[in-house]
Amino acid sequence: MKRRLMVVANAAAVFAALALIWQLILWIFRVPPYMLPSPWAVAKAVAARFPSLLDSFAITAEEAIGGILLSVVVGVSVALVFAQSRWVRRMLYPWTLLLQTVPIVAIAPLILMWMGAGIFSVTLIAFIISLAPIIANTTQGLISVDENLVHLFLMHNASPAQLLFKLRLPHSVPSLFVGIRIASGIAVIGAITGELYAGSSSVGRGGLGYSILYASSQLQTDYLFALVFAATVLGFGFLFLVMFLEWYFLHKWHESARPAEAE
Amino acid sequence: MNLDLGAPMIEITGVSKKYGNAGAVLEAIDLHILKEEFVTLIGPSGCGKSTVLKLISGLTAPSAGVLRVDGMTPVNAREIVSYIFQDATLLPWRTVRQNVGLGLELEGVSKNRRKEKTSALLELVGLGHVAGAYPRELSGGMKMRVSIARALATNPRLLLMDEPFAALDEISRDRLNEELLRLRGEQKWTAIFVTHSVAEAVFLSTRILVLAPNPGRICATVPVDLPWPRTAGLRETPEFEAMVALVSHALRGAAAR
Repeated sequence: MKRRLMVVANAAAVFAALALIWQLILWIFRVPPYMLPSPWAVAKAVAARFPSLLDSFAITAEEAIGGILLSVVVGVSVALVFAQSRWVRRMLYPWTLLLQTVPIVAIAPLILMWMGAGIFSVTLIAFIISLAPIIANTTQGLISVDENLVHLFLMHNASPAQLLFKLRLPHSVPSLFVGIRIASGIAVIGAITGELYAGSSSVGRGGLGYSILYASSQLQTDYLFALVFAATVLGFGFLFLVMFLEWYFLHKWHESARPAEAE
Repeated sequence: MNLDLGAPMIEITGVSKKYGNAGAVLEAIDLHILKEEFVTLIGPSGCGKSTVLKLISGLTAPSAGVLRVDGMTPVNAREIVSYIFQDATLLPWRTVRQNVGLGLELEGVSKNRRKEKTSALLELVGLGHVAGAYPRELSGGMKMRVSIARALATNPRLLLMDEPFAALDEISRDRLNEELLRLRGEQKWTAIFVTHSVAEAVFLSTRILVLAPNPGRICATVPVDLPWPRTAGLRETPEFEAMVALVSHALRGAAAR
């Protein structure tokens, strides 16, 4: 408990120091507030527009979570197909690399054109960008099972379905979580990027990306900073959520999920 | 239950095994093993000891020759066979009890029956107190006990063991050897055991086969006529030491060829 308190105190001290340096820069270089607002002004913007900030936060969070859930469902299904044979993998795996290399900013306008603006399109963009790491890691987990374990199952006349669902799938869960951890970071980026293009179907209300664009066009720099801050909090929150789930599901049996990284 | 002890559990006739174009791993093996025998295969690395087990279990097919397990083909005989690997090969996401029940589960045995059976087996191998633990929490010797309990859960008539105790310290190994013989005394299965340890082979076996490499073949058969039941004290007797010396000599001969 005491150690946890220390961690919080440390973080608060660093945060205060950064705010102080920020404020000093403003005083020394006489930066106009529309270029760089003071920390106090940002804090005031957060307080004054908290409901709309929270609304944008919730929209982006929804899109990113939707994108990840979709990519887990689709990605695990694809990985199950890939795990069936080396031949299938050789033929289809290179195409998943395409998912990883296609620049999301290039296809976002296309998706906007096809699907129209709004939450659905942005969720789709978050899904596309987070799919590749899920497929790659889950496939790896499914096929890297110890040969003797496969033999053990064969000795008990296990069916192909039993091999898949009682051996390969549970064995792949730690790898799946590695994929989800990577995906959770880029899904948030994907959602915000998507919103820059296809963020809102009604003027004045949208996710963080949409609101960032809107605030910058209105020169509401203090609110813009508040939004950037919210986006960072969202990314962090996601990472912690995934790490918590990983710990929750794996700590009983898997080495990687033990709290060794805490130090 | 078939108590016709005269009928062979294993009949291997003229079996050879090659991988690709490489030299034969095993060549022209003939071997009969009777019911309730405890046969140990011993020999230098590369003599095909493990391959014999893989052939008997049907995990690999012979290049030539015929194998019969209790009159059946190896694949059809799997129901009466259990395999114990060098590693405990436990599923880390399952508790000890769930691991022991794996074979029963795969064979569709009901949950209640499974619980009954796993409880009895865990008691038998002295692991009742860790039934709910995960493999990660166990020592090497305990993991191996779980592996043995899992193998016995399906009531096998034939146990194939591929250096099951090689990774353990000597004290754990000796104790598990004694336990294995106690279990065999109660359950009367036939055993084929692979090891590098001469003392282990002598302690456990009714018969020791010494294999030689390049190509893998049986170069000596040593019946072990030490008295039963065998207990820890046997290891200190001159008869035991004489038998160890005899097998060591045969093994040196095999390695020298």
